Amino acid sequence: MIPELGEFALILALGFSIILATVPLYGAATLKTLWMQYAKPLAKAQFTFMLISFICLGYAFSVDDFSVQYVANHSNSQLPMQFKLSAVWGGHEGSLLLWALILSGWTLAVSLFSKGLPLDMLARVLGVMGIIATGFTSFLLWTSSPFLRYLPRYPMDGADLNPLLQDFGLIVHPPLLYMGYVGFSVAFAFAISALLSGRLDAAWARWSRPWTNIAWAFLGAGITLGSWWAYYELGWGGWWFWDPVENASLMPWLVGTALMHSLAVTEKRGVFKSWTLLLAIFAFSLSLLGTFLVRSGVLTSVHAFASDPERGFFILVLLVLTIGGSLTLYAFKAPNVKSESSFAWLSREMLLLINNVFLMVMAVTVLLGTLYPLLIDALGAGKISVGPPYFNALFVPIMGLMVICLGLSSAARWRNTKMENVKKQLMLPAIISLLAGVIFPFLYGDGFNFRVFIGISLSMWIITTVAKEFKGKFRTSSSITEKLKQLSPSYYGMMLAHIGVAVTAIGITLVSVYSEERDMRLAPGETVELADYQFKFLGTKPVKGANYTADQATIEISLDGASIVTLHPEKRRYNVKKSMMTEASIDPGLFRDLYVALGEPLADGAWAVRVHYKPYVRWLWLGGLLMALGGILTVFDRRYRQNKSEKQGVAHA
Amino acid sequence: MPRLLLFAPLALFAVLILFLWKGLSIDPRELPSALIDKSFPAFKVESLLAPERKLTMADLVGKPVLVNVWATWCPSCRKEHNQLLRIAQQNKIAIIGLNYKDNRAAATKWLVELGNPYQFNIYDESGMLGLDLGVYGAPETYLLDAQGIIRFRHVGVVTEQTWQELQTIMQSWENQ
Repeated sequence: MIPELGEFALILALGFSIILATVPLYGAATLKTLWMQYAKPLAKAQFTFMLISFICLGYAFSVDDFSVQYVANHSNSQLPMQFKLSAVWGGHEGSLLLWALILSGWTLAVSLFSKGLPLDMLARVLGVMGIIATGFTSFLLWTSSPFLRYLPRYPMDGADLNPLLQDFGLIVHPPLLYMGYVGFSVAFAFAISALLSGRLDAAWARWSRPWTNIAWAFLGAGITLGSWWAYYELGWGGWWFWDPVENASLMPWLVGTALMHSLAVTEKRGVFKSWTLLLAIFAFSLSLLGTFLVRSGVLTSVHAFASDPERGFFILVLLVLTIGGSLTLYAFKAPNVKSESSFAWLSREMLLLINNVFLMVMAVTVLLGTLYPLLIDALGAGKISVGPPYFNALFVPIMGLMVICLGLSSAARWRNTKMENVKKQLMLPAIISLLAGVIFPFLYGDGFNFRVFIGISLSMWIITTVAKEFKGKFRTSSSITEKLKQLSPSYYGMMLAHIGVAVTAIGITLVSVYSEERDMRLAPGETVELADYQFKFLGTKPVKGANYTADQATIEISLDGASIVTLHPEKRRYNVKKSMMTEASIDPGLFRDLYVALGEPLADGAWAVRVHYKPYVRWLWLGGLLMALGGILTVFDRRYRQNKSEKQGVAHA
Repeated sequence: MPRLLLFAPLALFAVLILFLWKGLSIDPRELPSALIDKSFPAFKVESLLAPERKLTMADLVGKPVLVNVWATWCPSCRKEHNQLLRIAQQNKIAIIGLNYKDNRAAATKWLVELGNPYQFNIYDESGMLGLDLGVYGAPETYLLDAQGIIRFRHVGVVTEQTWQELQTIMQSWENQ
């Protein structure tokens, strides 16, 4: 009964989406106030029924209703409760329902936090989001309903959730990632509304900015979490694999980063309008493309859902309609590429534009690398796969150039900057960074290392230029605390995010250069030494978990004879899927991780054991979190609340 | 001119869609074998049901055969088993089993319970022959001509459709 209720709620949600996609847009086109005012209640109704539908599916999982196909395929009665609930988005159908729920959530949020928006703009934005919701809810209902039953004969127990996904990481990773993906639909809707109305002024950019930043922050946090999950769950210590699905999340993030900066320029200086609009369309289009790549089976990936050409075809049609439609609209209505205010070669505008170009080049690099196997295959030229060397060779140098620009732009002013000023401002940071880059490998490692020199110099370049600019803010002010209060949250957010880039860069550099690992056959009592640490293997013992049995090893780690920590990596065997899983055990630290994973059992109680020493690996994710935090902080800017109070002021007068 | 430039993203997108559309009809998991038109790798391995008998390349040549890679740990193999039995009944081609990384007792029990479509089974316990053959996962099926040259490889469950495909290839040999 409950699953049918869920399906019914989903149908009702689709009904409201269809009305939302038509009535307010028609009202905005014909200036009918009443029609436009339907947008807000419709957004609420759509969200309510989507939520009911989602709760119904969650209920089916919690009570082990294996007559529902989706539940039977992704859950099991032995599964612990928290994983039963997160299994709701452990497969294609449920994760798509989550996607749709989050989309309706964003739509609701726009309708609630948009007091300063003119009615016609709000009607258009919500209408555009309604169109997207209509597309995806139809997709759910026609090709991927999670509420289908196995009747009359249904399995006694479920096939269980993929053991890889039975983890805290999976509970939070997809929702965060989808918050980001889908969040770009708001910036997209604003861009389309601006194109539809023809009012391409700075106001449009100002409204889009907080939504874009927050979606970008969620996406960044999701990617960071995914990387961390891969590191501790996949059992071989890597943190980024250039897997098509990882790439699918990285591309919108890169374009989203470009969009954030471009929006800032458009709002403040009124330039790059066409470019910013295009970025807004691209960011969301790449989110949609990612959805297509993951769910259509055109690429092989560890993440890919079961392939189904019918589903693939449906999403492809959705892509053509939304992206094709918006790019057509763009081609006809975007303003001609001429700017209202001019700027010189050396100016903040120019540097931000260059950074934008770098970000786009990186996104295109990733896109090409991801799609290349598909292109070659489609041309009948054979089967190939593109590996990390391609991505690293192109991605890393562009990243470096971009970081140099990042530092420069902190010294540049809007419109025009004198070369002498830039030199004066940046001489000291440049010297400090280069020195740090030279000295660090001598202090930390065994001698000069070019990669470390580049990585550390670039990271220090960001930190020192940010610090220098921050210090510059106090030149004119006498009271430091006063000035600290005056600086806006978005300024602090920007600093935090830029520092985050530096922290991540340090992490990437040091972990790629100074990591050490060894694969060893270890009999009980034997010791392996790695990076001054001694790993003593004390044998394994069988343990039993809720839905698995495991061999649990005990490994004692000491440094120069003094015991530091005892780790317990496991080799698990999940009862239902009969699959083996390696559960690595990690001693985390700010400056190094010690990572131990069990390989295969060998004769006489010996095991193949893999031990890693990973310096500064945490910095990678710490930087990612700092960036996300910075993005969130910008939303608390006073400017975004001003509208409301101004408007109230007018009403009172 | 700048106006026209605004159409560029749309044009690029159209090209991309063409490729994605084409991509839908290709299965990325369908891997061509490096051994197509090459000889089946040489081997000397025990028979599954008659351990004292050593099977070699000589047992595969003389007439076209299907070599089917299977194992009891492979659920999809159970799925294709009935189709294999049907093919065996038609007597158009001999099916040779390659029992891959399996347990002899379990595999014997499987054949007794489900029926035996195979003329004989190569008992590749260590998986070394599978490695030489480039086996990607069970089930896989190879069509060999009378000289023991691999002419076709099918990855995944053999269906009636696969069987039709195999027959078309075999008929083309007869016509030559």
